Amino acid sequence: MGKSTVTTKDDAQALFHSLRSAYSSTPTNLKIIDLYVLFAVFTALIQVGYMAIVGSFPFNSFLSGVLSCVGTAVLAVCLRIQVNKENKEFKDLPPERAFADFVLCNLVLHLVIMNFLG
Amino acid sequence: MRHNSSQLGYKVQSASIEGRGVKLEIARSTVLKPIGDDSSSHFRLVSSPAIKFEMTRKLGFAFLLLAAASICEAAAIFSPISEAHRSAALELFSPAAGTFSSLEEATEALRTFEVLGIEIESDLKDSTCKSAVDALSSGSPNSKDLYYALRVSSVLQCKISDGALTGVALRLKDFVKDAKSLLDFYYSIGGLVLIKDQTSEVDVLLDDADGIFRSVKDLSQSDGKWRYSSNNPESSTYAAGIALETLSGVITLKSSDIDGNLIDALKRDVVKLFDNIDKYDDGAYYFDDRFVDASGHQGPVSATSSVARGLTTLASTSGSLNIPGDKILGLARFFLGIGVPGTGKDLYYQIDALASLDQSRVLVPLILSLQASVLSISSQDKLKVKVTTVLGSTGPPLSVKLMQVFSSGSKDASIINQELKFDPKEAVHVLDALPVGVDVGEYVFAFEIVLSDPEHKKIYVTGGRTKVPVYVTGVVKVENSKVEVLESDSVETQQKLDLPGKNDVALTANHLQKLRLSFQLTTPLQNPFKPHQALLKLRHESGVEHSFVVNSGKLFETTLDFLGLVENFFYLSGKYDMELTVGDPAMENSFLQPLGHIELDLPDAPEKYGPKPEIAHIFRLQEKRPPQELSYAFLGLVFVPFLAFLVGLLRLGVNMKNFPTSMIPAAFAILFHGGIAAVLGLYGLFWLKLDLFTTLKTLGVLGLFLMFVGHRTLSHLASASAKVKSA
Repeated sequence: MGKSTVTTKDDAQALFHSLRSAYSSTPTNLKIIDLYVLFAVFTALIQVGYMAIVGSFPFNSFLSGVLSCVGTAVLAVCLRIQVNKENKEFKDLPPERAFADFVLCNLVLHLVIMNFLG
Repeated sequence: MRHNSSQLGYKVQSASIEGRGVKLEIARSTVLKPIGDDSSSHFRLVSSPAIKFEMTRKLGFAFLLLAAASICEAAAIFSPISEAHRSAALELFSPAAGTFSSLEEATEALRTFEVLGIEIESDLKDSTCKSAVDALSSGSPNSKDLYYALRVSSVLQCKISDGALTGVALRLKDFVKDAKSLLDFYYSIGGLVLIKDQTSEVDVLLDDADGIFRSVKDLSQSDGKWRYSSNNPESSTYAAGIALETLSGVITLKSSDIDGNLIDALKRDVVKLFDNIDKYDDGAYYFDDRFVDASGHQGPVSATSSVARGLTTLASTSGSLNIPGDKILGLARFFLGIGVPGTGKDLYYQIDALASLDQSRVLVPLILSLQASVLSISSQDKLKVKVTTVLGSTGPPLSVKLMQVFSSGSKDASIINQELKFDPKEAVHVLDALPVGVDVGEYVFAFEIVLSDPEHKKIYVTGGRTKVPVYVTGVVKVENSKVEVLESDSVETQQKLDLPGKNDVALTANHLQKLRLSFQLTTPLQNPFKPHQALLKLRHESGVEHSFVVNSGKLFETTLDFLGLVENFFYLSGKYDMELTVGDPAMENSFLQPLGHIELDLPDAPEKYGPKPEIAHIFRLQEKRPPQELSYAFLGLVFVPFLAFLVGLLRLGVNMKNFPTSMIPAAFAILFHGGIAAVLGLYGLFWLKLDLFTTLKTLGVLGLFLMFVGHRTLSHLASASAKVKSA
């Protein structure tokens, strides 16, 4: 028993270390995108927390805010997939094109968000 | 109900009636005067007749034969011919310009005057005789003119020479030979009969009486009606009457005997005619022709009158006919039930028919009439019954019995069987005392007429049991009358009333109290009485009136609950005059008395039409908002991830190495970023104040710009990175 718990703890630590080392080898632009995604998700979480405290009035504003964060996170994830050089599917897609798509989609998303914000 | 019960004070000439072997002459002057005060509506006959017959014995057995035939009859009063008819005759038949317009009109007028006993001025007599004589001596081709001229001269007894009459008779005989239609026969044969009545010198007998009889009889129909001519299929009852008269004339004028079978067949036709007679509920029988026939007459009066005349003429020439007595009586009732007709022709038909029925050899109808149908208990009126002929003359000796009394509305009756006393001076049968139990109200009395002489049963018809409506009035006592003001069912003020005398009470009440009025009504026989009207009226000083019905029961009372009536009274407080009305046709002392006044105190009326309270609009309450500090705190908190992002970027070593350095690409790059910033700024403006349409318009412009710039920048970057890759 004691051996298994120690093993489990050791396994978790070992897993964590291996993830860290593997992550450091990702290219910088992907890291930037990951950071952006994290930022968007955290903003969404803070907004949900605020709603939990003060109540959901006005609900449209809450949705608008949360969905803007979530939407932009999703678009960033799509960008990351397309820009990642190790992804064989998007080998022929130039990253600038993917970035242009990202910008355009964000602008459309934010137009809708601004309309729904009220 | 048809009755004419009032007779006004005129003088009547003598009337003579010829019955079967009995000649009665009655000369009387009747003067009537009203008896009693205005509230009673009857008159008493004060007369001094000289009647030459006496009542010899009373009969013990009833007239069963006719009683059985008249069970279900409605009560009605039929009065014999009266002064009203005489005055109507004078009015309707007064000739304009001193002479009658035609001989036909002259005939009608003269016959009516003859029956009613009205004298004609000698001027009129002379002028009419002259026109009749002219018509007779002129070579008129019309048998109708000759007929009417002869009728006029027979009534007026104009002097015409036998020679002239002989000439007329010859012409009439020619007309008879050439006659084709019923009316031709009627006029010509009628004229010959009239000549025969006037003088016996002239030869008027017909050669071929049998043949003439047959040709007239051929025009008859199976239902008893007659046609006017053989080629006109129209038939009517009026024509039947004319035909009967014509055939009676033929029988009178016969030179040799007519086949007895023909006469029997004719009598059977008459019986068939009477089988189709119409009937009213009150026992009047009549014939009705529903279309305008050839002579322009229509309606029941002319048809029934023609049949009555024809029937009686036939009976006088050829013996009795088998017609049931109630139908004869019904014909008489029909004519009396008309009252006084409005046109001269109808009056002539009525009077002529009644005169024929009166003298008929079939059966003479006797009419039972009341002198007054309203009796007053308080003046102790006695019920007086007259039994006369249709023309108003006294009938044969008989007795009248009151058999039953029905009270109004109920079918059951009390059996009385009381004989009325005969007063020979006034020729009325008097009921000494009203039957027991006859109180104030409406009754139907059923009388039975019993002829003293059983032989008279073959001559007269009385109709068995006759029902007449009688009204009994009396003074109704008002007792125990009082008016009270009640305070929640306990008496607060009470005032006794003296009804139906004058009263002047003064009461006060407010809207929480009630007013009660109560009294008792008792008839002379100590029965409770329910009047037709019992109303209490309250009238405000401003003139507004309210009426309330007083409820009946053992006690008459009404309770006015002011609480419920406040709105009905329009919230008018003040002095109200009280008035009580109690009325009924049978009540001789119906009254409308003011009782006094009552001061009513009612609450004020609510403002119905004033301004209503103002409604302040309550806007939708603001939702509970979080305190401002908390919101600001979270606003700051939201920026924390952004700062963390920037810090992370710096830690990652973000740089601007890839930013193009040469001029044009740099400008494009700047424009690209500037364009994105502008779009975001536009979104900010859109949220703050712009609407979607302007935003979209601006966005379209900016978007196009951005796309162009972005494309240039990114393609430049792409080519730059491709160069780096290949290098």
